Amino acid sequence: MKSIYLATYLALKEVFRNKGRFFLVALVIALITLLVLFIAALGEGLGNGNRQYIANLDAQLVVFLEKSDYIISSSRLETNTARSIRRVDGVADAGAIYTSSTEIVSLDEPLKVSMLGAEPGRPGMPPILQGREFRTGEARETVIDRNVALRTNIRVGDTIKIRSTQGTKDEFFELEVVGLVDGQSYFFQPTIFVPAATWEKIRPQSESELNSDTPYPNIIAVKLQDPTQIEAMSALLMERVPNIEVADIQTTINNIPGYSAQQGTVQTQAVFTLLIGILVIGGFFQIQILQKVPQIGVLKAIGSANGMVGLSAVIQIIVVTALGVGIGGGLTYLFSLGFPPTIPLVFNGVNSLVAVILLLLIGPIGGMVSIIYAVRIEPLKALRLG
Amino acid sequence: MSDIALEVRDLVKTFSLDGTTIHAVDHVSFQVKFGEFVALVGPSGSGKTTMLSILAALLTPTDGQVLIDGQDLAKMGEKQRVKLRREKIGFTFQSNNLIPFLSARENVEFMLRLNGKLDHASRIRSDELLARLGLAERLHNLPAQMSGGQQQRVAIARALIHNPALVLADEPTASLDTERAFQVVKTFANLIHENERAGIIVTHDLRMCQFVDRVLQMQDGKLIRVYEDKDEIMELATATIH
Repeated sequence: MKSIYLATYLALKEVFRNKGRFFLVALVIALITLLVLFIAALGEGLGNGNRQYIANLDAQLVVFLEKSDYIISSSRLETNTARSIRRVDGVADAGAIYTSSTEIVSLDEPLKVSMLGAEPGRPGMPPILQGREFRTGEARETVIDRNVALRTNIRVGDTIKIRSTQGTKDEFFELEVVGLVDGQSYFFQPTIFVPAATWEKIRPQSESELNSDTPYPNIIAVKLQDPTQIEAMSALLMERVPNIEVADIQTTINNIPGYSAQQGTVQTQAVFTLLIGILVIGGFFQIQILQKVPQIGVLKAIGSANGMVGLSAVIQIIVVTALGVGIGGGLTYLFSLGFPPTIPLVFNGVNSLVAVILLLLIGPIGGMVSIIYAVRIEPLKALRLG
Repeated sequence: MSDIALEVRDLVKTFSLDGTTIHAVDHVSFQVKFGEFVALVGPSGSGKTTMLSILAALLTPTDGQVLIDGQDLAKMGEKQRVKLRREKIGFTFQSNNLIPFLSARENVEFMLRLNGKLDHASRIRSDELLARLGLAERLHNLPAQMSGGQQQRVAIARALIHNPALVLADEPTASLDTERAFQVVKTFANLIHENERAGIIVTHDLRMCQFVDRVLQMQDGKLIRVYEDKDEIMELATATIH
């Protein structure tokens, strides 16, 4: 107990009496914190933009065409597949999902969006935040993501015009906005939802596809009666329904083109930033300890225990690191307020917490070598080095 | 209680350098009583600093015995040696004596903190000791804000504040001018005598011997002569002045 008190006394006195030097070290840690938190937020934001719609599905399984390798754009299912799936015991509901991209042109600046066909009230259709769901059939109605509404000032009741290239011509279609949904970004684009039959009519398509009026879903979202029976139900579905393969939500997300590579890149950046942080901070504390060798010698010669000297170094590193992480966190918050909404920064509580914990650890980890050196050095040697 | 603060019996310290054995301390024996101030003198390489390091429990002897206040260093583990340094020994070094981020008062009080003896009474004693050493106006100064002589006096106060059995000073006047050197050693000697501690000063400056009770002269690791007679000591000290 006395050692902890003495170690804290020495550590804090030194920080207090050398405020400028320690503030500079804390500032470097703050900049590393800023970088790590921004990379984490960017990773979360980019990931969100890619996976948000799939991650928020009210379903546990996703059905693909057999051998499509769980890639949504490669999968094209038969129209009656959803009905077959619904008949399997243990399935609560199943909803067909149709994906494509289009462009809203009735704006000052055209806006690229993901256009998803879905069935009202079934998995795949997100809950309505404002307004109502669209009617089925070929109703020229749409439900849009709140992100589209925020960016464009489109409101429920407005009519939007979209452009789709069909064959070799640009075709324009008008849709009435009847509702809003929230948090449904897909493939880095905000989404608009339309009925399946309407989707088939207005989606971009090649010359050969123009003659067909039958919409083929890309995937089917399956909601289970018992959400814990994912593996068993996956096997059962593949056994009962021909020509399909089944994946859980995470597998589906991981197979979104570019998602894994993108997340891997961002995570690698974060890991390297942390490693660089450990080296930089470790270097700082190593130099500091080397400068303090004579002082350590005096402390040990007059009867300070090794443990107390080491503990003092640890406490000092923790205090300075915590100060740096605190400043860095504050700076991150201030900067995030000034960033435009087009930059996909999402500060996820868990990710930020993990990053902060790792950042708090980089000081002691980085300073480990110098702490061991401080503890091990013989007092006589330390005095001579002075 | 014995009046012997330090007893050195047939002490040997050898080093091996490039296959050659060097006898830094070669069968040395002596005693220092409480209230006695002793100078350890000799040319460079005579073994006096090695001797002081062994007495300070910073270096383990090759052979022989060192007893401080009756405690045998050879029978102690590292933790006990640390405890002994903290409780029984006061130390001033040639330079870099003080903790640079503690004020004069805090440096002295730190010795009391280490020993768990810091209270209101000991704080007053600490301030009085610093005032006695002419540092009443410097209590709140950091080492960097004080002269070399002032720093040495703070170190002396720190070495004495916890009433150790043995106070060791390694060339405390090396970086001081003559006037300040005399002043520091004289004050040191007075405090050793008043507080009845045993003091050993290692110095190459024989003029400082005028303030000590006994001079131990070393050469090539051996104790070659002991000056006990006051006249002899003064002759040794003043011979170097003229």
